[in-house]
Amino acid sequence: MWGGGTSLEQFLTANDTPMANNPLSPHLQVYRPQLTSILSITHRITGVFLALGTVMILYWLVAAASGPAAYAEAQRCLGALPTQVVLFGWTFAFFYHLANGIRHLLWDTGWGFDLDTAYKTGYAAIAAAIVLTLLTWACVLAQGGQA
Amino acid sequence: MSLRSPLGRVRGLGSAKSGAHHWLHQRLTAVAIVPLSLWFVNAILTHMHDDHAEIVDWIGSPLVAALLIALIVAVFYHAKLGLQVVIEDYFHGELAKVVLLVAMKLGLAFGALLGVVAVLKISFGSA
Repeated sequence: MWGGGTSLEQFLTANDTPMANNPLSPHLQVYRPQLTSILSITHRITGVFLALGTVMILYWLVAAASGPAAYAEAQRCLGALPTQVVLFGWTFAFFYHLANGIRHLLWDTGWGFDLDTAYKTGYAAIAAAIVLTLLTWACVLAQGGQA
Repeated sequence: MSLRSPLGRVRGLGSAKSGAHHWLHQRLTAVAIVPLSLWFVNAILTHMHDDHAEIVDWIGSPLVAALLIALIVAVFYHAKLGLQVVIEDYFHGELAKVVLLVAMKLGLAFGALLGVVAVLKISFGSA
């Protein structure tokens, strides 16, 4: 079918071939989301959010390395309400990415690919993320607030 | 007309150009980050109200400094591997993709360096 000097590109883009204008999967316009696909994209979104949030950890470390005045200023900034809200979201993103990352590592061993197990571990990852986030912030509040 | 088969020409022309080492390093850093990050969250909860002298004293311990540096290196490398795939998947223009990839890699490399220098400065007693 690629004989006669027809290149692969010509074959794939020729309008008279059935493959030419087919949309690529997943067909997002007609795609019914399920738990597994939502958790998959959430893993990516939380990963990007966590990477951006490392700036806060760097700021904290650099302030500690810069002296008492800079560190006191950093503690004030990180303890302010807007930062605390972001940190709460970041904590959830961290525990979700951690729990779902362990789910990925289990898949890498070949375990848990059947639909029933994939749904059970998916719900477990969400539950673990919620419980660990609330536990962590209960510890913060028990110490008088402000992470 | 090329004498190469269509499969031969397509091989290696995917968005990433390679794959096995990327996959393996992503898993290795993930396995390292699981215990290191849980240790870090617990440490933050313990030390979040420390003043400067107390935090410097804590990071001054060689074990704590080594754990922090291990966490920083593993996290920034893991972030580089993850963001690389995200950029490769969603940016189809070759120029935008390459510019973003280079900026991301250099930015994360500098972030890791900044974190490590900060920890070393504290642990060598000059903060």
